[in-house]
Amino acid sequence: MTNIAELKHITRTFGEVKAVNDANLEIRQGEILALLGPSGSGKTTLLKIMALLEPPTSGEVYFCSEKVNEKNVERLRKECTMIFQKTTVFNANVFDNVAYGLRVRKAPKERIQNEVTQALKLVGLDGFENRRTRKLSGGEQQRVAIARAFAINTRLLLLDEPTANLDPKNAAIIEGMIAEANREKGTTVVIATHNMFQAEKIPTRIALMGNGRINEAGTPTEIFGKLSKTLASFAAVENTFTGNAKKAANGMTFIDIGNEVQLKTTAQSEGCVNVFVAPADIILSRDRLESSARNIFKGRIIEISDLGTLVKLRVDVGKPFVVQITKCSFDDMGLNINAEVFLTFKASNVQVI
Amino acid sequence: MNQIIDGLVRALQLIFSGNPGVYDITLRSLAISGAATLMALLWGTPMALILGLKNFRGKFLIKGFFNTMLGIPTVTLGLILFLFFEKETGIAGFLHLLYTPTAIVIGAAILITPIIVSFATSAIEAVDPQVISLAQTLGASESTTSVTVLKEASSGILLAGTACFNRAIAELGVALMVGGNIAGFTDVLTTAISRETQRNNIDIAIALSMILLALVFGVTITMNFLQRRRK
Repeated sequence: MTNIAELKHITRTFGEVKAVNDANLEIRQGEILALLGPSGSGKTTLLKIMALLEPPTSGEVYFCSEKVNEKNVERLRKECTMIFQKTTVFNANVFDNVAYGLRVRKAPKERIQNEVTQALKLVGLDGFENRRTRKLSGGEQQRVAIARAFAINTRLLLLDEPTANLDPKNAAIIEGMIAEANREKGTTVVIATHNMFQAEKIPTRIALMGNGRINEAGTPTEIFGKLSKTLASFAAVENTFTGNAKKAANGMTFIDIGNEVQLKTTAQSEGCVNVFVAPADIILSRDRLESSARNIFKGRIIEISDLGTLVKLRVDVGKPFVVQITKCSFDDMGLNINAEVFLTFKASNVQVI
Repeated sequence: MNQIIDGLVRALQLIFSGNPGVYDITLRSLAISGAATLMALLWGTPMALILGLKNFRGKFLIKGFFNTMLGIPTVTLGLILFLFFEKETGIAGFLHLLYTPTAIVIGAAILITPIIVSFATSAIEAVDPQVISLAQTLGASESTTSVTVLKEASSGILLAGTACFNRAIAELGVALMVGGNIAGFTDVLTTAISRETQRNNIDIAIALSMILLALVFGVTITMNFLQRRRK
């Protein structure tokens, strides 16, 4: 697979602060890459460097195999576009906002009309052409920003926390659009996020960032299958527990995580340990399942979050566990707050970090 | 009191009867102030763009200079320009511009330049910095980005332009010192009001004052209306 962009030993400093520290990354043609990391890990700075909006203090950026320099930066910048976390729109109507990139490229009037109409249709804003953009809702403004990027048929779309300020419904719409652009137009997408669920759902590859460095890169299965310390350091809020491990006679390890909740794992550990159970590894059922899984807990749903096609549930079994299920399953099971449910997962799914 | 009322009545007669002298002075005032505003916008806007978008050593001093110049007394500037354009000893005396409408245009443009530079710089600095990144990431060159920033700051720049025009049409010192208030050639509304008052032609002075006020109000209201439509 060819690379659309490549970052080699990129460092970016602001005074004494190293926002990006010796980052190396390849962005492959046609992929969706998530830059996953906590706030302040350097994701936005790295995205701006990829978008050729900010020069690195040291290191090299390659775009379409061409080394970026002062002479070619304006030309190469036209091949990619960035959507910012804080939605920014021009003080103009929706049509002029979406047409901006095409006008800069001196596209003929007819093409501008067609591309803008198509882009607005794609984001579900057809008929909004003459509306003042700054008077639209946050979600609608973000859709204008995406339409603006679609209209110029960009090769590399860079998104900085595109759904951070949106409600779950609008977030799901935006995520759908990003996936569609990648699927239908082959647009390469890099999305910076601190949302584990988003990072697990959309991308083909994930790069984990921490303290300005890219610590790991791999497929979602590789990254989430075995929780790393980098991921745990900022994603520890969900399904990560500290407990006391004791080896049992049958080769299993029992980990007491408090409130009479004891996890069984195949990992061999003793003493104080941190454990993680991926939300996607937990089976949620109304009735107790007959299965070989060693961890079965009864609990009550205490929180429900709509993530579009998925639903995130927090279940209290003595300790709060986060589970994700599809919207269809959620509807079929008729779940609601306080509903009694069972959580089932294998001992091999309990990872000792 | 009677003098004022009589003056007002005769002033209205002068305005509505289309008195050529009054209209001649009014048109000259409009032309001179319009030309001066245009000149100040032409050279002041790029200066404001540089001050608003670039960071360089001495920027603070330049901004401070223009802010100070906002309050320069018009007669002082008029005197400086008089000495500059003076035929015998002035540096630009060879141009023979003293006591011509061109000298008033140049003088008024210099007078109002600090207004456009200071106000437009503030308006440009108030534009969301991310608009610059947005324009660039959509493929805009440096010059197109600057034009985009100007568009975003257009409300402030329009306000600056209005203030410039009003200052230019309402000032007396520069027009008097470098224009000489020559009837039918360099007299403008303010200098003519001064002259006619001294000659005790109160009706003409009031008529010219009413026109001057109407122009200032008219321009300001029109600009406000344009600004509201943009929002």
